[in-house]
Amino acid sequence: MLVTALFVVRTRDLLAATMLLGAYSLLSAGMFMVLDAVDVAFTEAAVGAGVSTILMLYALVASGRFERTPTRPQWLPLLVVLATGAALVWGTFDLPPVGAPGNPVHQHVAPRYLQQSGAEIGIPNVVTSVLASYRGYDTLGETAVVFTAGLGVWLLIGGLQRRGAAAPVLASAPHANLILRVVSKFLIPVILLFGLYVQFHGELGPGGGFQAGVILASALIVHLQVFGADQTRQIVPESLLRVLAPLGVLLYGGTGVAGLLLGGNYLDYHPLGRTPVGGQHLGILLVELGVALTVSSTMLLLCYLFAARVARR
Amino acid sequence: MSSLGLYNYWIVIALMMVGLYAVIARGHLVKKLIGLTLFQTAVFFLYISMGFVHGGAAPILSEGVAVYSNPLPHVLILTAIVVGVATTALGLALVVRIREAYGSVDEDELERMDSDA
Amino acid sequence: MSAHAQLLIVLLPLLAAPLAALMRTPDAAWALATAIAWSVLSLALLLLLQVQAEGVLSYAIGGWAAPWGIEYRLDPLGALLQLLLAAVAAAILPWTRQSAARELERARLPGFYAALLLLQAGLLGIVATGDAFNVFVFLEISSLSTYALIAMGRDRRALTAAFRYLILGTLGATFYLIGVGLLYALTGTLNMADLAARLPAVADTRTAHTAVVFVTVGLGLKLAMFPLHAWLPNAYAYAPSAVTALLAATATKVALYVLVRFVWTIFGAEFAFGAIPLAALLGVLAVLGMLIASAVAVRQDEVKRLLAWSSVAQIGYALAGLALASGAGLAAALLHLANHGLMKGALFLALGNIAWRFGNTRLSTLRGLGRAMPWTMAAFVAGGLSLVGVPLTVGFVSKWALLQAALAAGAWWLVGAIALASLLALAYVWRVVEVAYFEASESRDLRCEAPLGLLLPTWLLVLANLWLGIDTRWTLGLAEAAARALAGAGL
Repeated sequence: MLVTALFVVRTRDLLAATMLLGAYSLLSAGMFMVLDAVDVAFTEAAVGAGVSTILMLYALVASGRFERTPTRPQWLPLLVVLATGAALVWGTFDLPPVGAPGNPVHQHVAPRYLQQSGAEIGIPNVVTSVLASYRGYDTLGETAVVFTAGLGVWLLIGGLQRRGAAAPVLASAPHANLILRVVSKFLIPVILLFGLYVQFHGELGPGGGFQAGVILASALIVHLQVFGADQTRQIVPESLLRVLAPLGVLLYGGTGVAGLLLGGNYLDYHPLGRTPVGGQHLGILLVELGVALTVSSTMLLLCYLFAARVARR
Repeated sequence: MSSLGLYNYWIVIALMMVGLYAVIARGHLVKKLIGLTLFQTAVFFLYISMGFVHGGAAPILSEGVAVYSNPLPHVLILTAIVVGVATTALGLALVVRIREAYGSVDEDELERMDSDA
Repeated sequence: MSAHAQLLIVLLPLLAAPLAALMRTPDAAWALATAIAWSVLSLALLLLLQVQAEGVLSYAIGGWAAPWGIEYRLDPLGALLQLLLAAVAAAILPWTRQSAARELERARLPGFYAALLLLQAGLLGIVATGDAFNVFVFLEISSLSTYALIAMGRDRRALTAAFRYLILGTLGATFYLIGVGLLYALTGTLNMADLAARLPAVADTRTAHTAVVFVTVGLGLKLAMFPLHAWLPNAYAYAPSAVTALLAATATKVALYVLVRFVWTIFGAEFAFGAIPLAALLGVLAVLGMLIASAVAVRQDEVKRLLAWSSVAQIGYALAGLALASGAGLAAALLHLANHGLMKGALFLALGNIAWRFGNTRLSTLRGLGRAMPWTMAAFVAGGLSLVGVPLTVGFVSKWALLQAALAAGAWWLVGAIALASLLALAYVWRVVEVAYFEASESRDLRCEAPLGLLLPTWLLVLANLWLGIDTRWTLGLAEAAARALAGAGL
């Protein structure tokens, strides 16, 4: 991994750097798996190797592929980096060793999640329990961050009058490429189905609103790459996405308000159902839907916006 | 002996520094964002390493498993990954606009043009 | 509902943002944002009274008790900061309607107001929370909206300024994340109160010391501590006027708040100042920042940039107060934080009036404006006097408190630095005054005052400056109460 990272930084060909970064992301996802963080691995693979690579490619099309040789002195940055690194290494000497079960992080706070969430929330995936309930407020914030990014990108590069047909950018001659079209026609429904599975399976196994949102969006992003933005826009218009993205945040926030109105604290799901555990189930289902709504529509919207901007050149 | 268990952290720190170097030293704006991604990914590893337990299982409750890895760092990093991609997207949008407005995405050239204006 | 006020103050703007984004007409979005800003202000007042009556407030989000759930926790310091944020936004939003309509594209205005609401929600959320990771999440909400808002400025330099801020801001946030991660590894918790209780047992470790450094550097980037201020001058100079006013009055203040929170509440002053030479470090950087940034400000020809550099210098004053490591120094720093927010809010609104009329704020544009825009320029002069620290202004009150704290601590270096920096402030404010009042403009004799919709909010902030400068009991009392709650009885 270190080698990949070094190559990413060394190469002056940014297309290569971006592709390597995607590979690096996939490697990271593998490492996260090894470290038992399956949900994180899932997300890293979907985001790092998927969406962010696509967005970077768009930006490269717009900004040029090659980097100039730096003219300014390189010793100062190197010094800063080495000093920071040295400080961190020095700091690690008193860190508890990796993997020891007696470490403070495993003794305090976390045990309750592992021991009680089965009874308190009633779903097997503890990560989902913590994400959507115990620390559900962080996740509301995270959904708001995604919405903010979509809004920000729209404010910066959105709202163009589209003229003519925007050509698909990445597949250079898509209409000629029969194989690509046929394969993706088979692939897209499968990806969509998989996305739905991940959405509703998130309580049992790895997955959840965020991963599902990215996967659903990626099915349409594949469509966009192969058939061109205009065709995709006919299926899912941009104006719809610009409504769905804020609605997801409101659905999440509204679920919290419902708990509030029914006599609990904000984001307390207990009052939502007849039994506390039933309330938790319903609450988590709703907020995960909110997450998926905002994430999928924002990711696709981002691709639309970049594609339109790049096509204009 | 104790430092053997820290080996993982040192790799993480090395990765962090590679990313940080790219952010500070490189002039191409997209390269800076790539560096930022590397840097952040390394920080994710820092957290996930903390949550790891030898012989533990992924934190999905099932019969007959007694030791799980710590779910909390996983949750935090899920959030951080999302924040990271949000930041990258916004940064890339800025790059596109900068390219349109200046015709360049090299930091040194941009600084020169800014100080001339 | 008052039991939930602590949460609603953040939730209102957070959920109003997607609503604003769904709106079609700019005026509807503006009306929503303004109504929210005023509701937030009334909530902030309510909460301040509640904190004064009942002490620290705690709210368990999701019904999960801390440290397992996320806690909202409000003490006198938090209440003071929220009041500042709310008051400034409530004054600036009514002003924004006319200014933004002239500076921005009409189609983007609803999105612009949505971003302003997100910015406010982010900043309020940072202050409201008692959870170190939740700070990061809301920090990013406020930061991402800030980057986009800055980039909406009309000058193309707004784009490079926003990008630079995005890189440095994200580095800052990531450094903060590393610091919090190290603390988590040592204690197993993210709740601030819980951290404070568990840290002393592990304070003697190298890891804890490294955590202090990383949190401090990360926040130093966000609060534009000299020499980590590189992002600030251009960002303020080229952002849309309303954004500059809001940011200058609030954003860096909130980062400074988080630093105070970590040093006093979580690390404990004794540990933080003992672990690394924090006092010396902050002191040196504060003084350098005060003097160098003031000197640079004197040489600016663009008034918005001039005030931006002045902001870097003013952050130095507040940091110097912290560096004294005493209760009095802390109180002075907090007071300066709030007062500077008021001053810069008023000053940038006055500049915004000029930009509304002439499209820029170059020094040469201001020629003869003392006669052409008398009310706007009078507002600028009042704010400028406050910046210099003339008696009967808020600027004087906080500088006086800072001087007293410095004398009590025997910190003569700081007394000298304050005197010198005030002289420099006089110099840069005078440059503007001289051009506006003593250089006649051949082409411009006519009155061209800004409309009432812009003047009223500007003067609202100016009057707040003057009133709180004359009747100092209230703000001084609040700052001292906040400092006492943090630093113990050593006041």
